[in-house]
Amino acid sequence: MNAAVETLEISLTVNGDRVKRSVPARLNLADFLRNELELTGTHVGCEHGVCGACTVRVDGEIVRGCLMFAVQADGCAVDTVEGLSDSREIEELQSAFVLYNALQCGFCTPGILIAAQALLRDQPNPSRERIREFLSGNYCRCTGYQAIVDAIEAVAKARQARSGR
Amino acid sequence: MSDFDQTAQELNFDGPNSYVGRSVTRPNARRLTQGRGQYVDDIVLARMVHVAYVRSPHAHARIVSIDSKKAAKMPGVARIVTGAEIAMVVKPYVGVLTHLAGMRSPPQYPLAVEVARWQGEPVVAVVASSRAEAEDAAEAVEIAWEELPAALDAERALEPREPKIHKEFDSNLCFQRTIDTGGVDAAMQSAHLVVEDTLHFGRHTGVTMESRAIVADYNAAEHSLTVYHATQAPHMMQDIFSRHLNIPEANVRVICKDVGGSFGIKVHVYADEMATAALSVMLRRPVKFIADRLESFLTDIHAREHKATVRLACRKDGTIVGFDLDDLTAIGPYSVYPRTSGIEGNQVVNLVGGPYAHKAYRAKMNVVFTNKNVTCQYRAVGHPIAVALTEGIVDLAAGKLGMDPAEFRRKNLIADDAYPYSFPSGLKFEKLSHHQCLDKLLALMDYRGLRAEQAALRKKNIHRGIGLAAMIEVTNPSPAFYGVGGARISAQDGATVRLEPTGMVTCLVSVTEQGQGTEGVFAQVCADAVGVTIDKVRVMTGDTGVTPYGGGTWASRGAGIGGEAVLQAGKALRSNILDIAAAVLQIDRATLDVRANGVVDKGSGEEKLPLQEVGRIGYFRPDTLPMKFQSELTVTRHYTPREYGFTFTNGIQASYVEVDTDTGFVRLLRHWCVEDCGTVINPLLVDEQIRGGIVQGIGAAMLEECLYSAEGQLLNGSLADYLVPMTGDAPDIEIAHVVTPTKQSELGAKGVGEAGTAGAPGAVMNAINDALAPFDARVCVQPFTPERILKALGKI
Repeated sequence: MNAAVETLEISLTVNGDRVKRSVPARLNLADFLRNELELTGTHVGCEHGVCGACTVRVDGEIVRGCLMFAVQADGCAVDTVEGLSDSREIEELQSAFVLYNALQCGFCTPGILIAAQALLRDQPNPSRERIREFLSGNYCRCTGYQAIVDAIEAVAKARQARSGR
Repeated sequence: MSDFDQTAQELNFDGPNSYVGRSVTRPNARRLTQGRGQYVDDIVLARMVHVAYVRSPHAHARIVSIDSKKAAKMPGVARIVTGAEIAMVVKPYVGVLTHLAGMRSPPQYPLAVEVARWQGEPVVAVVASSRAEAEDAAEAVEIAWEELPAALDAERALEPREPKIHKEFDSNLCFQRTIDTGGVDAAMQSAHLVVEDTLHFGRHTGVTMESRAIVADYNAAEHSLTVYHATQAPHMMQDIFSRHLNIPEANVRVICKDVGGSFGIKVHVYADEMATAALSVMLRRPVKFIADRLESFLTDIHAREHKATVRLACRKDGTIVGFDLDDLTAIGPYSVYPRTSGIEGNQVVNLVGGPYAHKAYRAKMNVVFTNKNVTCQYRAVGHPIAVALTEGIVDLAAGKLGMDPAEFRRKNLIADDAYPYSFPSGLKFEKLSHHQCLDKLLALMDYRGLRAEQAALRKKNIHRGIGLAAMIEVTNPSPAFYGVGGARISAQDGATVRLEPTGMVTCLVSVTEQGQGTEGVFAQVCADAVGVTIDKVRVMTGDTGVTPYGGGTWASRGAGIGGEAVLQAGKALRSNILDIAAAVLQIDRATLDVRANGVVDKGSGEEKLPLQEVGRIGYFRPDTLPMKFQSELTVTRHYTPREYGFTFTNGIQASYVEVDTDTGFVRLLRHWCVEDCGTVINPLLVDEQIRGGIVQGIGAAMLEECLYSAEGQLLNGSLADYLVPMTGDAPDIEIAHVVTPTKQSELGAKGVGEAGTAGAPGAVMNAINDALAPFDARVCVQPFTPERILKALGKI
């Protein structure tokens, strides 16, 4: 039998919903989310872990959806841009991205937003250099990055101001 | 509400009808931030199948035999199609234009027939129920090849002993162009100084984050084809699918929803996309093709690959008296259809020396075929070459004369009061502002201060350089660009503006949205023109079944041409609204205006009739209007620039770099650009077009190159190996404007999408060479990698 089409049962939580599927062993997580669950907000840009367009969150940590097999997500909690939008967790970042026009074509944007949220969770007050460094795994071909850095910096400052620091 | 809620900021303007000139946010941006856009790969249709292509592994090889019996039995396979079979369905195409006299290129087919002429050329199509199954089966297709000698070196391509790529031609020459104003030799002989430089420009490519993508859906019952396509020019593609698949134009609909970046990559006819459309016709069902990243590097058009020698002659006081250019560019085995691969070289010839007031110009350019992937128009087409050649040689001349580069430019830039101006290459400039831009740039960057800092740091063995690059840029092209050469590519665009019964305004435009903010600026122009708040405007683009006919997005034309069409359509709708209001209110029409979603008294601003009332009466109660009165609440207008071949913009960039002379690494410290794109419709979007363009230009200058082996194999076809600028590679970029609206249109907007890419490589090159000046070293091969810098320094 063709090993490529060998399927395995997985069950996981995606954006809070329980999901059970039988998937080919070779199917990566990004393709699983896009093609099986029709969560097309996760984009595939390079398929080898460089561009960051497929960034999603697995058990709270950001990962490249193209570098992880769907079967490896068995038992995990996966968050995609759709879920993080509906839960409003990244709403402030999204609004800042709109205000600063930190996106043009939008293809890289979901991945960048999820990466930015992870940065601000761990480092609430990053310098511009730190933001640039952290996002070095997320390619944007349109903006030249400056507006992205501006937007993330502005959200960090707003959150700092609100928390009274 | 968060601090970043844009709605309040969007609408809290001090007056109505004042959107043009404001940094309004884009209506489609929020959808994209939530991952709720719809790119082509997001589209799934009933009975849809997927195609993968078997591609030539050789730069030049004859197909001896194709055996797909084993592949055909693989799981999920629906059909396997060869070049000979698909040639029965698709009329071949030829990438020449009649106004590029003498250009030649042979007929092209979607899949190689008999001979493959570059590594990556599609040869066999494998259609299966999933892309993975199609790829599995593609691996099982057995092709026997007879390798042929390949012509890979542009400089040897025209030598008689070099392999000929096309048997029907006597050499590998595609196109040749010369210009001679006369007087160049005399100018060179009598000049105080003649400087010469030869620059090499590597091949690079666009690297759109969304790869090329198409879903073709043929309906056999209707003999109709609907194509969901990541494209910049839906009507151009409609025409092409119609003519080459023999389907009536009215039966072909091209739909272009969200597009993940284009930059010129998605405005050409690609063999694999044409094949996908043909396969849909052959299989009578929807077929999807999404290029993977390796396919993108192998087959997305490449750009540049020039070797050019430029000479400049000047007087003792620095006055330039002549330019002489010899350009060689290699385009791969075919001229790309329908825009041709001659335009980039043609632009180089047109634009070298462009900002400067000299009268003697001579240029010679050869465009040659090679066995590498095709090249064609990518962002800033020819401009980065022309700007680097011009600005590099200008710096060289200034250096030899001991003049400050900024002063040398000031002496030679065409005077701001000299317009309209005819340039020696034949171009005509309506109105440029080189001197205002130079002055503004020098102040913005504190040029004197930076020079002092540079001198002080040199004493500490820190080597910084300042580079300037003045530029002119082709925007808003008239039919002179393509139409006169026989290409069915529209130079005009159209806008339809419709008042809806609720007082909303729908605006349908033939220019497409690729992320640059087209729909946002059209909403601004439309809101102002009609007299509504921007939240009432819904802009739709990218559907040949819905929008007026037009050219789409290319050559920095969307805002200038499409925007004018929107303005005129919006004004016409406003006028028609006033006709209804005057009839309803029984008031003199001249006393009325439309402001902030209502018909008002022009003098007092008092609201007389809200627009939803105009809509209600116009659509549901026309019986209450005068007997002969017919309301017209849908208006279409078109615009074509006619007075000038191109609406030139101008600008100047500066780069400040630090070169580590031990490692060859370059840090880009700062970058500035002063640009004159006429009316600035949306400063936020315009500045970001410039910034994004600059960063692509920085990629070209510092990182990006498609590297081929001596056998014609692409060596770096992945994003891990082909470097594009990452967040840390891009400096913060300061932008300023000089505003000289074009008088050809009421809106006055010129294009801005390519200015950054046009000027950045030249500015960066000059900055690096300025830093290397104490070592008497220069770099002249792009990209300027650490290795090339260390070679220039004689360290390796």
